[in-house]
Amino acid sequence: MFAVTTIAILVAMLLALVRAILGPTLYDRILAVNTFGTITVLFIGIFGFLTERPEFLDIALVYALINFIVTIAVLKFFEYGDLGRGSFDQQDSEL
Amino acid sequence: MSIIIDLLSWVSLVAGSIFLIIGTIGLIRLPDFFTRLHAASVVDTLGCILIMMGLMLQAGLSLVTVKLILIMIFILLTSPTAAHALAKAALHGEVKPLLHHSGE
Repeated sequence: MFAVTTIAILVAMLLALVRAILGPTLYDRILAVNTFGTITVLFIGIFGFLTERPEFLDIALVYALINFIVTIAVLKFFEYGDLGRGSFDQQDSEL
Repeated sequence: MSIIIDLLSWVSLVAGSIFLIIGTIGLIRLPDFFTRLHAASVVDTLGCILIMMGLMLQAGLSLVTVKLILIMIFILLTSPTAAHALAKAALHGEVKPLLHHSGE
């Protein structure tokens, strides 16, 4: 039964990748990659149960952390053009 | 007793898989960025919760369950934050909701 869930997770990863390749705007691609990362966390967790080695859960925890940080960092880079500066006050005062 | 726990675990694993596929089909089929954001949060909430519940019922009371609860809490905290940041960045960029065009 773990195999059924693994196959479903792989199908879901494929569908998310299709949106990441097709996506008309940049934000569609970032959304698809974020969803792909969440599904990957689930896949790592269930793969540990499938091979009866639940130590993989540590990797899943670290992957969830990195996935969130990557999404926020890429969004900030494409919104402000720079990772170092860019607070909301400066942007609003320019408007 | 063990059969009942196994049954509950399989039911929640299969339901979680179905919600994962529903969410990613919505990610492909829906017409707009903001509606796709709505579809992707199905994966992050119901799919994640149900699959983690199924794995927790399989693991029993051990350190594995604690790690699964930690992963679930972390995904439940970060995925709304990421969705909010994505929606704000898309509005800050030039993406308009689909309703905006049809209303004019």
